[in-house]
Amino acid sequence: MTIAIQDTAVRSPANVALHGRIAKYGLLGLALLAYPLMASDFWIVQIGAQTLFMGTIALSLMWLGGYGGMVSLAQLTFAGVAAYMVAVFGVSNRPDISLGWEWWAAIPVALLIATAFATITGMLAARTEGIYTIMITLAIAVAFSLFCRQNYAIFNGFAGFAGLKPPSLFGLDLRAPLPFYYLSLAFAAASYVGVVYVTRSTFGLALQAVRDNPRRMRAIGFNVYAHRVAAYAMSGLLAAVGGLLLAWFNGRISPGTIAAGPCINTLVMAVLGGMVHPIGPYVGALVFILLQNFAIDLIDPERFNLVIGVAFLIIVLASPDGLVGLWQRMTRRRPEGGSSQR
Amino acid sequence: MQRAERLKSVASSNALELSGVSRVFGALVAVDNVTFSVTAGERRAILGSNGAGKTTLFNTITGDFPPSNGRIRFFGEDITELPPYERIRRGLRRTYQNSQLFRGLPVLDNLYLAVRGVGRRRMSLLRPGEDHPARVAAQQLAHAIHLEDVADRPVSELSHGQQRQLEIGMALAGAPRFILFDEPAAGLSPAERRELVDILKALPTHIGFIIIEHDLAVALQVAETVTVMHQGRVFKHGLPADIETDPEVQRIYLGGRHG
Ligand SMILES: Nc1ncnc2c1ncn2[C@@H]1O[C@H](COP(=O)(O)OP(=O)(O)OP(=O)(O)O)[C@@H](O)[C@H]1O
Ligand SMILES: [Mg+2]
Repeated sequence: MTIAIQDTAVRSPANVALHGRIAKYGLLGLALLAYPLMASDFWIVQIGAQTLFMGTIALSLMWLGGYGGMVSLAQLTFAGVAAYMVAVFGVSNRPDISLGWEWWAAIPVALLIATAFATITGMLAARTEGIYTIMITLAIAVAFSLFCRQNYAIFNGFAGFAGLKPPSLFGLDLRAPLPFYYLSLAFAAASYVGVVYVTRSTFGLALQAVRDNPRRMRAIGFNVYAHRVAAYAMSGLLAAVGGLLLAWFNGRISPGTIAAGPCINTLVMAVLGGMVHPIGPYVGALVFILLQNFAIDLIDPERFNLVIGVAFLIIVLASPDGLVGLWQRMTRRRPEGGSSQR
Repeated sequence: MQRAERLKSVASSNALELSGVSRVFGALVAVDNVTFSVTAGERRAILGSNGAGKTTLFNTITGDFPPSNGRIRFFGEDITELPPYERIRRGLRRTYQNSQLFRGLPVLDNLYLAVRGVGRRRMSLLRPGEDHPARVAAQQLAHAIHLEDVADRPVSELSHGQQRQLEIGMALAGAPRFILFDEPAAGLSPAERRELVDILKALPTHIGFIIIEHDLAVALQVAETVTVMHQGRVFKHGLPADIETDPEVQRIYLGGRHG
């Protein structure tokens, strides 16, 4: 009798799911930690680290689109604001513009300003729906890139800033492949865990409810607009975290990095991977970056957009939920992330 | 007898008082000078053919659409100008004719949000623990609407009948004093109807409601009084037995349904 009761307790579906999840995350974590030990510098940084921080920027879009139902094209712009701000407040090749603050002051200020920028964007965009949200965020993205290009006093115009580098901690050079990879992994992991946690918070649930039925949310007493704007703020912070790494990875930030094309690439990554689970943007970023690095070996760089466009079409037509949606259907399990995760 | 006891147990005031309420859409007078009151704890059915203005009347009471004319009082307080969420905080609830649920979220989270919406501090970045008062309340609601077994399933996986039950659960969140049910039995099988009647009959006695219902059998099982609407107006008001046999009601109601 007692044994039977214990048995059911241990094997209850919730427990099995929990253990399955711990095992899955444990394996994934180990693989990500061990990956650089068996890869070359190119694979560690160019593919590995870049996937991690571009995936984080795409995650900021997945959070906004997948949970909030708002598709924004300004996510890379938020990342760009953070990148520009570490250049302006921190150290760059333009000491006449840069304020030269210590990293522990420059980084939080950069994140804060990028979050504020995203909040203001949200205040404008959250009043619109669907295609209009896409249009207004695209307009903001293009306007910011053009503004940076024409403003020399703060943004140093066309050239932007070079000489950007991560802080050196405990005598460790974070620009070296291995440390930079682990730095990117730490930021990506924190962003991922943050999103997964907040998704089940009262705010996260409310945001998904706003996505599903704003009218009912209003009727039961929630401020729909405030939730949407707050979702933009959080997406801005996520994108900004990715933006710092983007600046350090390139060692520079200029208007070309945040032009309309790259902004759209962020959307492509999120959709390729799938907006149904926070792992999707990372999968999408990996596929995108692999294509970007290897397609140019096969055809000339000008055709890259054709390759990515065709890959995008094939995946989206085969699976509207992207690669993660495809995986979920193949393994015949209910989606675990977000809305139906317990 | 039972009814008399129940009405005595709550204040003898009116839960809802409508005076001269109208709502026009362009040239169409959807609700036309409606005056009636419902006492606290009373259970009232509204009958009426399609387009009679029943849902529009609900919308004016909840504030979804403000009335074009007239005043609405809720437990003595004039709420005509209040936004919908203020009315919710005063204990007024409604269900929708077409379920308005959060399809991507599990049943329990739908109920949890309905509970949180009524309270304070609605924007928390913390995960509620299973012992959080609103979480416990959501569990109890799931029990009250017979959806305990599917509490963890997303709404999109529920049957139509289960979704209608959840729609009722959403209206029971917080501390409702008066509920407006808009055709809760629409599209339900006979078995599901019986379950619905059980749920409605099990509601705490101090909660009054108005139920819009085409199915006379369902309405008569749960309501003590009946109001018949026709072309935006109150056409008849009375006890179920009288309404059921009223020849004029028979003609208009059945005529409107089938003609
Ligand atoms: N938002 C609106 N705009 C314009 N006309 C409306 C609107 N809402 C309702 N109406 C009209 O008002 C009239 C009453 O509609 P209402 O939905 O209140 O009827 P009802 O009694 O609930 O009918 P049913 O039994 O079909 O639900 C109808 O003629 C309808 O077309
Ligand atoms: Mg109606």
